[in-house]
Amino acid sequence: MTAIATQQINYLNVKKGIWSWIFTLDHKRIGLLYLYSISTFFFVGVILGVLMRLELFNPGRDIMEAKTYNQVFTLHGVIMIFLFIIPSIPASFGNFFLPIMLGTDDVSLPRLNLLSWWLYVIGALFALSTLVFGGGPADTGWTFYAPYSVKTGTNVSMSVMAAFVLGFSSILTGLNFIVTIHRLRTPGMTFNKMPLFAWALYATSWIQVLATPIIGITLLMIVVERVFGIGLFDPSMGGDPILYQHLFWIYSHPAVYIMALPAMGVVSEIIPTFSQRTIFGYKPIAYSSMAIAFVGYFVWGHHMFTSGMSGSAAIIFSILTFLVAIPTAIKVFNWLATLYKGSIDIKVPLLFALAFIFNFLIGGLTGLVVGALAVDVHVHDTYFVVGHFHYVMFGGTGFAFFGALHYWFPKIWGKMYNMTRAYVAFGLLFIGFNILYFPMLILGVMGMPRRYYDYLPQFHTLNQISTIGSWILVVGLLLMIYNLIEGYRKGPKAAGNPWHGITLEWQTDSPPPLHNFDKMPELPEGGPYNYPNAKSE
Amino acid sequence: MNASNFVEGVDFTLYLILGIAVFFLIGITFTMIYFLIRFSKKRSPVATNIEGHLGLEILWTVIPTILVVIMFYYGWTGYKPMLTAPEGAMEIEATGQMWKWSFKYPDGKVSDSLVLPLDKPVKLNLKSPDVLHSLYIPAFRLKHDVVPGGNNSMWFIPQKHGSYDILCAEYCGQLHSYMLSTVSVVGEDEYAAWLKSSPDLSNEHPGLTLLKKNACISCHTTDGTRLVGPSFKGLMGRQENVLIDGNEQTITVDRDFITQSITEPNAAITVSYQSNLMTPYKDILSEEDINKIIDYIQTLK
Repeated sequence: MTAIATQQINYLNVKKGIWSWIFTLDHKRIGLLYLYSISTFFFVGVILGVLMRLELFNPGRDIMEAKTYNQVFTLHGVIMIFLFIIPSIPASFGNFFLPIMLGTDDVSLPRLNLLSWWLYVIGALFALSTLVFGGGPADTGWTFYAPYSVKTGTNVSMSVMAAFVLGFSSILTGLNFIVTIHRLRTPGMTFNKMPLFAWALYATSWIQVLATPIIGITLLMIVVERVFGIGLFDPSMGGDPILYQHLFWIYSHPAVYIMALPAMGVVSEIIPTFSQRTIFGYKPIAYSSMAIAFVGYFVWGHHMFTSGMSGSAAIIFSILTFLVAIPTAIKVFNWLATLYKGSIDIKVPLLFALAFIFNFLIGGLTGLVVGALAVDVHVHDTYFVVGHFHYVMFGGTGFAFFGALHYWFPKIWGKMYNMTRAYVAFGLLFIGFNILYFPMLILGVMGMPRRYYDYLPQFHTLNQISTIGSWILVVGLLLMIYNLIEGYRKGPKAAGNPWHGITLEWQTDSPPPLHNFDKMPELPEGGPYNYPNAKSE
Repeated sequence: MNASNFVEGVDFTLYLILGIAVFFLIGITFTMIYFLIRFSKKRSPVATNIEGHLGLEILWTVIPTILVVIMFYYGWTGYKPMLTAPEGAMEIEATGQMWKWSFKYPDGKVSDSLVLPLDKPVKLNLKSPDVLHSLYIPAFRLKHDVVPGGNNSMWFIPQKHGSYDILCAEYCGQLHSYMLSTVSVVGEDEYAAWLKSSPDLSNEHPGLTLLKKNACISCHTTDGTRLVGPSFKGLMGRQENVLIDGNEQTITVDRDFITQSITEPNAAITVSYQSNLMTPYKDILSEEDINKIIDYIQTLK
């Protein structure tokens, strides 16, 4: 009797009602709170993005005025950066799976964990309140460059406060993960026996803790300047607009690695599981995360090559930027080598992981183009940059997020989605994504600046192709969501370990019990990915 | 011949990096697909645990390192000459303001597009009275930020006859994408003739000429459309609610009010418009100019 009862009680059905969710201290439920709120904002961001693409279908006015367009792209950026992609993988899947993968029952500081979700909600409400209060949503771009952000009549102060509060949420999550990784690993799990997802989160958390305070103080300076008229960045009041750019990118470039590293962690989990063999080059992959996090601090100046910085500063920032490519390349080659002599089961999570590699390669290689000084002078602030960072963030992190969703879906909800529909949705997403963003790279080389409401006739065709891509992408997204919701509602019960993985989350039930493990999990012999059924070398 | 002296350095680096990028993208993608087929569950029922290979790790650390150093090097050599203009380059003051470019030549001629002689080095001194802009000439592969309060400059040698777009690459507000101009590269004689000529303005109201020249009409339309500033149409004699020292008052627009709005725009701001956006024209426009402008505004009924 008792055995059956414990099997049926899991973290999802142990308590009922909204209060048992929004005041929960269980890391799995907090992970899901994040997952649902993040996904909601992702869809808001997608709708704004689609509206922008519709406006750009033809030159001139299609569906909105210039000012509205400027507000739409700002809100799209703020939502996608601060409400979706920065918290995306760490706050949802990180919260849910880090403690389980470390073989423990929760994060170190569960109350702080709940607080960080509440801060996220408050920050989100701040951002949304600009739709109703003040002069409307900011029209500055998500970068809030001074002095325009000081002069414009839109509600910049509230948007900036939103980012400020969200920053705290991010810092607290990072802090919690660092403490958890140091203190709560299951006995026998040394740092070098941690799953690579944990390594990636560890590197990410350090960036969150060390870099985020800088954006916090910088954004407060904007508010101080707007409200009290203290000239910090506006030269007409004695300020320096270039100072703002430095302060902004000192955070916002490392933030790119907050977005990318957890995605790399997900890929490092998915590939060994579907190859049924150990990861190739565990240590290079783990340590390269730390190297990326470290070098990533010193490259922010590459956003400012055309701002009038000195030649020596430009050389240093350019060469450091190129150095980031090396640990990234190491990861890609090791993932590739992990497929070698595997026993590969081509399931949808694996396809998302491989699509991550393809898209991220384009994102990274175009990053080399903008890292080179001479070329950056040409393509900086053009659609080339827009294409480049969407390949990194959406094609990379976004696809890894979808991959994680399909990979851990059976573990989180204990159900399985329809695999055929998932393949079709993946195909539409991959094709739609590339039709949407590849033309932007060409537009940029042709010289179309970014943040353009209207454009010259020579840019028409490629903009139309790009907009058509956005429709295919949206169909793929809707099909994917439909398939996952159908799977949750009516899907067959999933086994505890449907993919035959060996990291610790696959040793517990699906969905996991309240305290994650009914019996102490056992570490695999000889490393976290040492598949017992595979031949040794 | 390339459109400017920088095209070669930029394009060479661009194609070099793209070449390497395409090689790796195709190589990695095809290897990935090959492994997926060759080591699929069906063909390879039992996997092999291979933990790593020191030689390979060194190989794929060293090769990317060499390649990125090469890329950096060409990026740098293409960029270095952009930093310093040669002695004796013709200096033109290029002003970007919301949302118009204007160019002031050494002899005092002011134009809203650039006309340049072939093969002569040109240095643009970049000024902005309001927010950030970026002067971008895609055909020349060149852009530089225009920073208010700063003294940035850019230089180049136009090498091919033709007319090329000038765009603003740094987002600067509502009409950012309409901040367009052109650069025409012409022969020496044509250039000299252009420099001497002045546009035929005999049919244009001198007030309108001044409004155009000072970028007033980028923000204030003459046809009643609302931009970031109130339209000039029907302005004279209109009742407006304005904020003076934070107090809302209703005033009737007259010559004195318009004069004040031009010289000290922040003293009284029409309700629903933004303060601190407009540059004070106190030291830019003479009293005579302002009178011509007001005369013109009076005609816009």
